[in-house]
Order: sequence, then structure tokens, then C-alpha cells
Amino acid sequence: MYQFVYQRPGSLPEAVEQSTQAREGLFLAGGMTLIPTMKLRLTAPSNLIDLTDLAELKGIRQEGNAIIVGATTTHAQVVSTPEVRDLLPALAALAESIGDPQVRNRGTIGGSIANADPAADYPAAVVGLGAIVKTNTRTIAGDDFFTGLFETALDPNELIVAVSFPIPQRAAYMKFPNPASRYAIVGVMVSQGNDGVRVAVTGAGPNVFRVPEMEQALAVNFAPEVLEEITVSADELNEDLHASADYRAHLIKVMAKRAVVAAT
Amino acid sequence: MSVTVSITLNGESVSAAVEPSTLLVELIREHFRLTGTHVGCDTSQCGACVVHVNGCSVKSCTLLAVQVEGADISTIESLAKNGRLHPMQQAFKTHHGLQCGFCTPGVIMSALDLIANNPDPSEMEIRNWLEGNLCRCTGYNNIVRAISAGAQAMRG
Ligand SMILES: Cc1cc2nc3c(=O)[nH]c(=O)nc-3n(C[C@H](O)[C@H](O)[C@H](O)COP(=O)(O)OP(=O)(O)OC[C@H]3O[C@@H](n4cnc5c(N)ncnc54)[C@H](O)[C@@H]3O)c2cc1C
Ligand code: FES
Ligand code: FES
Repeated sequence: MYQFVYQRPGSLPEAVEQSTQAREGLFLAGGMTLIPTMKLRLTAPSNLIDLTDLAELKGIRQEGNAIIVGATTTHAQVVSTPEVRDLLPALAALAESIGDPQVRNRGTIGGSIANADPAADYPAAVVGLGAIVKTNTRTIAGDDFFTGLFETALDPNELIVAVSFPIPQRAAYMKFPNPASRYAIVGVMVSQGNDGVRVAVTGAGPNVFRVPEMEQALAVNFAPEVLEEITVSADELNEDLHASADYRAHLIKVMAKRAVVAAT
Repeated sequence: MSVTVSITLNGESVSAAVEPSTLLVELIREHFRLTGTHVGCDTSQCGACVVHVNGCSVKSCTLLAVQVEGADISTIESLAKNGRLHPMQQAFKTHHGLQCGFCTPGVIMSALDLIANNPDPSEMEIRNWLEGNLCRCTGYNNIVRAISAGAQAMRG
């Protein structure tokens, strides 16, 4: 990899300051995406700003009807936190399905959603559970956060602080994993909460998206049969060596039905 | 511009001057000459490089040495004591859990992380846990048997 300056700020303001000062600064969280990308010389930051010591980004807590997950919380911490397992088991199961134990021990929720890989799992939770992303400057609705392939609403030097997940009445995540990496070929989060039913799909398109027809049908009757009649169009879905667009369209319905069954 | 990194490595306090881009596995193998930790893929896939950082298993090819400043690192070399194999190493020998042995240090360090949290894992739990460890020789069956037997020996 190319050389860079390594910085390890002790506070949130210091991190933002260092990033603003840098010619081309990047935040480093778990490094599970960034370090492989740097090794391949696909990215060459002038400064790496390590978020490890920022207390503001750590920990999981319950606040009213929401679970707040700090940006540097690892996937393994999400899996093992009792509040998440009890109140948001769909999120714990999603985190447990990511990669392998060593990736889960380092990779973080903030890094995953900032990276916005089309096949990543967490985007389905952020949109499918109607989460809110808190940054150092504002709050961004989950629905507005993912804007395209590897693109988000984050401004340069903007830092994710936490993600706030409202606790749903019921929810489940089902994915058809790539057998090698366990990234989602198609993953579907279905939830029913105070703001209605949500169906969010990852892995199938350039970024996570909702399926309004399914949401409307499930709002009337939360049962897998109601999805039977809905056709998912393959237009604009991803096509690669793992799955054709048609197969992904098919999988969306299968995974959505399984998620409805698991959530009931 | 080199940076000094101080860590506890297999129980000893050590430090080294490294470039920020130096990987943890390079620090372990090239600076401290502990070559039991292997590099298989160098792309975060194979798990040959697994070591423990503060008790958690991680891929040392995907961590910068500077990130582990102050941490407690254990490698495969920490296991055998006074020429006696650790029960998990012994189980791999007894159950033919290795052929070429390239993947073995990473598999064993990964397995010990599982057993620290789950002393009596089922066969399925062991197989799922090994998602991040690739073995091109054994077909995994004897690895799974060895981990089961090693866990049993460790429970005593
Ligand atoms: C072998 C392997 C298998 C994997 N399998 C899966 C899988 O099945 N499903 C899945 O979803 N993912 C998978 N991943 C990806 C993994 O979940 C990563 O942990 C994650 O995508 C990135 O998180 P990180 O903390 O490692 O981020 P980093 O690599 O440190 O950073 C990624 C990007 O996010 C930015 N960033 C990090 N934190 C913040 C923040 N707080 N605010 C703003 N920007 C930030 C960084 O600047 C960088 O651009 C896999 C990775 C590997 C290596
Ligand atoms: S060498 Fe680190 S995962 Fe293969
Ligand atoms: S024993 Fe040869 S790779 Fe596992």
C-alpha cells in the first residue's frame, strides 16, 4: 500500500479537525474494507484517522423505544449484547450472518454503512427498520442515507456517530448468502412497527431499496401468501457471475416470504 | 516516517519502530521472527494469519501494527509450554487435523477463541465458526474432530 500519516485522535472534535486539515483524510474503523482496498492501491489516503479511541462512538444503549448503536460497535458486539438480542433479535441475527468471526470481531456498523457496499447486510437493517443515522453535524433518515453504488448522503469530513433503531413489533432478516464471502446475493429485512410495514432489499440493486407493493400488501395482512401475487421486476437489478437479474428478482420474493414467516 | 509501537507479545513487553503501513502480521513475522503465523491469501479470506488481540481472534494481515498499540497479542507460539503441546495442538496431532499444516496455526487460534466463549461447541457450531479459515488439504472433517476433542481435553 502507499504510505500515509496515521493519526489517533482522542475526541470527536479532534477527529473532525484532523480530517478537515488533511489533504485526503479517511476515517479508519475496523479496517475490514479499507485496509484490503489500500493494499490493492484502489485508494490512497494521505492521512488515516483511527476512530478507536473516540468514546462518543462506542457502546450500545436503549433510549425509550430505540436501540442506539455507536458507530464503532463491532458486529460481534451487536451479536452478544443482551438488549439487542432481546429487543431487536433481527439485528443480532443480521450481524451474526456477516462474514466470519474474525471479520465480526473487527468490522463496525459505521464502517459498513459508510462504505455502502451494494451487497452489505446493515443497509437492509437501516432502511428496513426505519433507523436514523446520527452524525457529528446532523441526523439523516435511513431512507435518505444510501444514495447509490458505494454512495451515501455523508459530506466530506462528516462522521457517523451512531445509528438509532426504533424497536419494531416484529422483524426478521433473511439472506441468500454468497457461499464464499457471506455477503448478500439478496437479503431482505421485513419489519412492522409504529410507522407501518417496511420491506428493504440489499444485494439486488446498486443500493438498498424498499418494495412498496409488498409493504402495502403486508400492512393489510402480515402473511407470506399476500406476496404470492406480487411480481418483482428484474429491471435494473444486479447481474454478475453469482446470479442473474431474473434470479435475484425471484430471490427477493422468496427471502421476503421467509422473513415474514420468521417474523410472525 | 516510522512510529514506535509497544505491545505485549506472548506475555513479553516489546516495542518496534514501524512504518504506518506495516501490517501486524509483518511485525510478528518479520520484526519479531515469529513465523508460526502464516500469510496465505493476504486478502482477508483464508485465516492462516489469525492471532489474538486482547483475547479476540483477528486476521493479522488486515490490521496495521499501529492499530494494536498497547494491546496484548498472542500467537501460536504462546501455546506449547516447556516443550509440551497445548491440549488443542495435541488433539490436532492425535486426530490428524492437519496435512501440510499451512492453515493450522490460524485454525487453532480461531478455535481457541470459540472455546473461550463456548467450551462445549456442537459440530455445527464448530463448522460455522470456521467460516473464516480455509484448508486446502484435509476436507475439514478431521479439523472438526480435533477441535471437539481439544475442547473436551481443555474441559478436563
Ligand atoms: C472476508 C470478509 C467478508 C465479509 N463479509 C461481509 C458480509 O457477509 N456482509 C457484510 O455486510 N459485510 C461483509 N464484510 C465487510 C465488513 O462488514 C466490514 O466490516 C465493513 O464493510 C466495513 O466496516 P469497517 O469497520 O471494517 O470499516 P473500515 O474498513 O474501517 O472503513 C470503511 C469505510 O467507511 C469509512 N468509515 C468508517 N467508519 C466511519 C464513520 N464512523 N463515519 C464515517 N465514515 C466511516 C472509512 O473511511 C472507509 O471509507 C466482509 C469483509 C471481509 C474482509
Ligand atoms: S493471510 Fe490473512 S486472511 Fe489470508
Ligand atoms: S492442512 Fe494444508 S491447508 Fe490445511
